[in-house]
Amino acid sequence: MKVEKEMHLVEDLHQPQEKPTRDGYGDGLLFLCETNPNVVVLDADLAKSTRTVWVRDKYPERFIDMGISEQDMLGTAGGLSLGGKIPFVSTYGVFVAGRAWDQIRTTVCYGGLNVKIGGAHGGISVGPDGATHQSLEEIPLMRVLPGMTVIAPTDCHETKKATLWAAEYTGPVYLRFGREAVPIITTEKTPFTVGKAETYRQGDDCAIVACGTLVWLALLASDELEKEGIQCRVINNHTIKPIDKKTLAKAARECGCMVTAEEHSIFGGLGGAVAEVICQEHPVPLRIIGIEDRFGESGEPWELMEEFGMSKDNIKKKVKEVLKMKKK
Amino acid sequence: MAKKPLPKAELDKICKQLRRDIMTMLVKAGSGHAGGSLGSVEIIATLYWNIMNFDPANPRWDERDYFILSKGHVCPAQYAVLGNLGFFPKDELWTLRKLGSILQGHPHWLKTPGLEASTGSLGQGLSIANGIAMALKRDGKPNRVFCLMGDGEQDEGQIWEAGMTAAHYKLDNVCGIVDRNYLQIDGNTEDVMGLDTLSDKWRAFNWNVIECDGHDVDALTDAYNQAIATKGKPTIIIARTTKGKGVSFIENQVDWHGKAPNQEQYEKAMAELAD
Ligand SMILES: Cc1ncc(C[n+]2csc(CCOP(=O)(O)OP(=O)(O)O)c2C)c(N)n1
Ligand SMILES: [Mg+2]
Repeated sequence: MKVEKEMHLVEDLHQPQEKPTRDGYGDGLLFLCETNPNVVVLDADLAKSTRTVWVRDKYPERFIDMGISEQDMLGTAGGLSLGGKIPFVSTYGVFVAGRAWDQIRTTVCYGGLNVKIGGAHGGISVGPDGATHQSLEEIPLMRVLPGMTVIAPTDCHETKKATLWAAEYTGPVYLRFGREAVPIITTEKTPFTVGKAETYRQGDDCAIVACGTLVWLALLASDELEKEGIQCRVINNHTIKPIDKKTLAKAARECGCMVTAEEHSIFGGLGGAVAEVICQEHPVPLRIIGIEDRFGESGEPWELMEEFGMSKDNIKKKVKEVLKMKKK
Repeated sequence: MAKKPLPKAELDKICKQLRRDIMTMLVKAGSGHAGGSLGSVEIIATLYWNIMNFDPANPRWDERDYFILSKGHVCPAQYAVLGNLGFFPKDELWTLRKLGSILQGHPHWLKTPGLEASTGSLGQGLSIANGIAMALKRDGKPNRVFCLMGDGEQDEGQIWEAGMTAAHYKLDNVCGIVDRNYLQIDGNTEDVMGLDTLSDKWRAFNWNVIECDGHDVDALTDAYNQAIATKGKPTIIIARTTKGKGVSFIENQVDWHGKAPNQEQYEKAMAELAD
């Protein structure tokens, strides 16, 4: 597959190995407990799912179980940060970005507190638990808050890098990761800078800006589109806030049209954030791929991905649509 | 209108059938919550067979009593009850958690006949029950509202906010039940976030508190009837249970909270649950 060499992606992008992104969060936390004496890890009765159980087992003195009380957990984390600790709080995205939103807004963000949020179970691929557990709304909920950094990593390596970065940075951070095993497409050497979108594939016909697993699907779609003579640029936009205006505006200018792709609602997510940038910096035709205006459902993860339009074929279709608009 | 309770032996037999159905649903789904579902069978079955008024052919019947499953993850137990009572064809049970099913992984009342609310985010059900109870009182109706919560779920602040509301507005048509199995996901409730003494907490919140064996259908029937007879305050039943009740290798095992049996485990469970 044609990709940028200096991105150091895995060799075989057609048959990549798989691992859940949440494992990268757990690995990152273990590393931090070893290296940073101020890191503490809070959990709301989902330690196994969020992988904070790895910390509980290995560094029990760093682990604080809050029971099923997400709002209290966020406030407590705020207090811990005022006491000089670096708290990482973790639960499912719905129960933190949703349930504890006001605590995140007023205690954490308005207070400018150094709280790190691990939002697990983002996306439709959560699967059979159904709509109540499939978080499709965290990105707008979090990025609307002044001072919040929002990162949606593409695979477990990137999640680990983002977790390590969060501990170094001072200020609130939201990390979005998922439940299912998903392709590992990056390596240790792949560049990762918060706030910088990385161009994994060059092309000037259409830019595909994606985050999470959709980056991989965008690469697959581009590979097939190339055979039809369409050259796509594929951008991994892992940091949704602060967003990389420069890279996005350049892509709009050079490609003349754009498709965004995310495992999240079409409203206010990566697509919304990108639209805000390009409409103001360099307007071009745009299509937003995400979950349409509906709640999720129970089903098998990849079956739901197809059903909800999270597929390489849907990306190809949207690229062709937007190319038509560009030609008009 | 009081119902004539079933003889204990008969309801116990129904409970066994419900447990078999739960295991079959879960093995077919390949995921789901075995422990809490098996553990709350008597609590839910006693309500439906001995206490509540309802009409399976007309789930929105005006004179029905309401059941809110606040701990939505144990919906297989309620689905099994509804399927056996004819709220929907029993075969629907085998579609649990599959794409397009009327039986979602967590309760969605817009899809499943017999449900009254959508739950699955813990801590929200008692407030909903209070609201229904207030509406009933405003309309001068005698219908009752029951709400089943987990003990881990008691960690949620909203439960205690709702606890104050129900006592403040003297919602004696509300009856809460806590499935007191001493387990949540991360471990024993007293290790994760101590709750005891839970009864004293509810008493301090001005609720009528009843403790009983949550697997004894006669004791549960008495408790529900006491709740109905209690005027001027809401009642909470602290039902002592064994998580995973009925299947030896699931009983009291924290790891069986959110797990479904594989084929071999399923067959073993069905042998234990045979009549
Ligand atoms: C708000 C919220 N936080 C977390 C969860 C994840 N969760 C599902 S079940 C459960 C444990 C529930 O324990 P308990 O209430 O004791 O239920 P039971 O033992 O009866 O299964 C948790 C934490 C959730 N569903 N909702
Ligand atoms: Mg419990």
